[in-house]
Amino acid sequence: MKEKTQVADINRSLYDFRYDEDESSFLNSGITPEIIREISAEKGDPEWMTEFRLHSLEIFGRMKMPEWGPSIEGLDLDNIVAYIRPKKRMQTDWSDVPDDVRETFEKLGIPQAERESLAGVGAQYDSELVYHNVRKEVAESGVVYTDLESAMHDDRYAEIIRSHFMKLVPPTDHKFAALHGAVWSGGSFVYVPKGVKLEIPLQSYFRLNARGAGQFEHTLIIVEDDAYLHFIEGCSAPKYYEASLHAGCVELYVGNNSTLRYSTIENWSKNMYNLNTKRAAVGENAKVEWVSGSFGSHISYLYPMSILNGRGARAEFTGITFAGEGQNLDTGAKIVHNAPDTSSYMNTRSISKSGGISTFRSSVVINGNAVGSKSAVSCESLMLDSKSRSDTIPTMVVKTDKADVGHEARIGRISDEAVFYLMSRGLDENSAKALIVSGFAENVSKELPLEYAVEMNNLINIEMKGSIG
Amino acid sequence: MGELLKITELRTAAENKEILHGVSLTVNEGETHVIMGPNGAGKSTLGAAIMGSPEYSVTGGTISFLGENITSEAPDKRAKRGIFLSFQNPVEIPGITLSSFLRSAYEQITGERIKLFAFKKLLNSAMEVLQMDAEYADRELNVGFSGGEKKKAEILQLLVLKPKLAILDETDSGLDVDAVKTVSAGIKAYKEQTGGSLLIITHNTKILEALSVDRTHVIADGRIAAEGGAELIDEISANGFEKFI
Repeated sequence: MKEKTQVADINRSLYDFRYDEDESSFLNSGITPEIIREISAEKGDPEWMTEFRLHSLEIFGRMKMPEWGPSIEGLDLDNIVAYIRPKKRMQTDWSDVPDDVRETFEKLGIPQAERESLAGVGAQYDSELVYHNVRKEVAESGVVYTDLESAMHDDRYAEIIRSHFMKLVPPTDHKFAALHGAVWSGGSFVYVPKGVKLEIPLQSYFRLNARGAGQFEHTLIIVEDDAYLHFIEGCSAPKYYEASLHAGCVELYVGNNSTLRYSTIENWSKNMYNLNTKRAAVGENAKVEWVSGSFGSHISYLYPMSILNGRGARAEFTGITFAGEGQNLDTGAKIVHNAPDTSSYMNTRSISKSGGISTFRSSVVINGNAVGSKSAVSCESLMLDSKSRSDTIPTMVVKTDKADVGHEARIGRISDEAVFYLMSRGLDENSAKALIVSGFAENVSKELPLEYAVEMNNLINIEMKGSIG
Repeated sequence: MGELLKITELRTAAENKEILHGVSLTVNEGETHVIMGPNGAGKSTLGAAIMGSPEYSVTGGTISFLGENITSEAPDKRAKRGIFLSFQNPVEIPGITLSSFLRSAYEQITGERIKLFAFKKLLNSAMEVLQMDAEYADRELNVGFSGGEKKKAEILQLLVLKPKLAILDETDSGLDVDAVKTVSAGIKAYKEQTGGSLLIITHNTKILEALSVDRTHVIADGRIAAEGGAELIDEISANGFEKFI
């Protein structure tokens, strides 16, 4: 516990440092057919992709902004730079990555984590991947881990990408899905062959360094039958005054009897609009496990969705959201039970302080064919002061009477009595409150990869130090 | 024996209602004091005020510890000076194990780091005194503990933190006969190991049987209504509080 409450104050500069951009590498801001064609040409898209982008742009123009969540009025899409030319093509050796970019990832601890605990790493800086590599033995097992652009141009994967890309999340899904379809760039493609169980995780890290820009990476993961994969995603950006936009998209296909664990720690800076879409299709007796930590961004809309298509498919969602001053984080999860004997479990914690707003939305749909299915939702919120807000908005649609569903929600404030109790044992007020918050989050943080759990506790400490005293 | 705790004309209020109307009492080093009195008399308020509870504001008088005025000091500072309060209703803290919490508290109070192994040894020997199952160390602090288990966990903290003054607020309430015996043994062990002082708030005389009481204070309606030696306890056991109200 010492590690959780007494971690030396880490400097926020870990995330806030930045390098100047050469603005000649920016495409013009705004989202127009000309910009889209330019991005497509820069990237050397195959023809179908150029058409896909333009079609998505058309849909984007037709669709309305969401009207049901936190306000995104402060986001002016005409001012967002959708694409930034990389200085150099993607490398497989860190020493070939441009110095300032490599230093950024070194400060974030990515090459070190790669050496110590990962099977492969992808690193995106602004619009493009700058580094991708997998361990030799992993590559030899047939696992493919690369950027989507390379894979799209590789005859072995071109067809698989064309048949899966934005099929789970079509551009018509919502306005920012359409935007993503038009301007997407970077991200990862992972393919795990039948029967391959990858014991150590792969990790992609997304860093948005440029001012007033957008990041639109696309992650497509296909896990074949009888396989296992743990994929970790991390994101951060330095703080600017101008709004930034993150509208990524994650599509996961989990084959029969397979498990895919997808862990995210999102720590965007507090000028970021994080409008992200994640979705998984889960096969027979297969399982998707989402672990999601949302700490950063000004506004977030994030509701990973699991579609349980095979008999006995399972989904587990474990999430924690921490909304501080100036943050309105709207997070949650959706589950669709689409086959018999499927089960789902959602377990979340949300914390709000210093006027932060955190809203948890859960949606569980049990279709008529999903007989014998089970779903349990448990969400707890903790407000650290009277300025902050926490809401829980559950919906459940159950179309069969042969299903078992449960929902449990608790909203509370940090109690003076608990703080006094801990202080009477020698802990100062900050440590006492940090301990209560860490304890509240423990159930969820223990699910995070170790270094992320440590980072999360550091973040809690920074947030707590900022709020009290 | 020097003066440890000196309370002078203490007045406290909660939500603008005065509860203690000028209480004075002194506890010397190594002494055992007992506070008795009817329900709602202000006994627990006195204990909480000595620890610095934010629930009560001090509206008059002073609290000194080892000659220093601590009336407006934060509870953690008081804990570091050597004051301990065993809560009547210990708070449940989910997600934090008893063991890791207590290790952190130990380090805060002593100002020294302790290696995990050394701490486990210290903790295990204290748990043995209280006949606590070793698995309690890894349970979340007070979460799902029965009333008796919570009280034992408080005394466990007392044995590990070794304060100079231990205030026990109705540590015996709601305990069965065997649990009272175990808790008493724990209090006795604290006394023997540290020579510390005790301020025991109680309704029940069972818990006092193994201890030699130096001084008894009866609080009624926010005031000291009577004081005496150990003999006062017997008198109250026989006749109740009527004559003090």
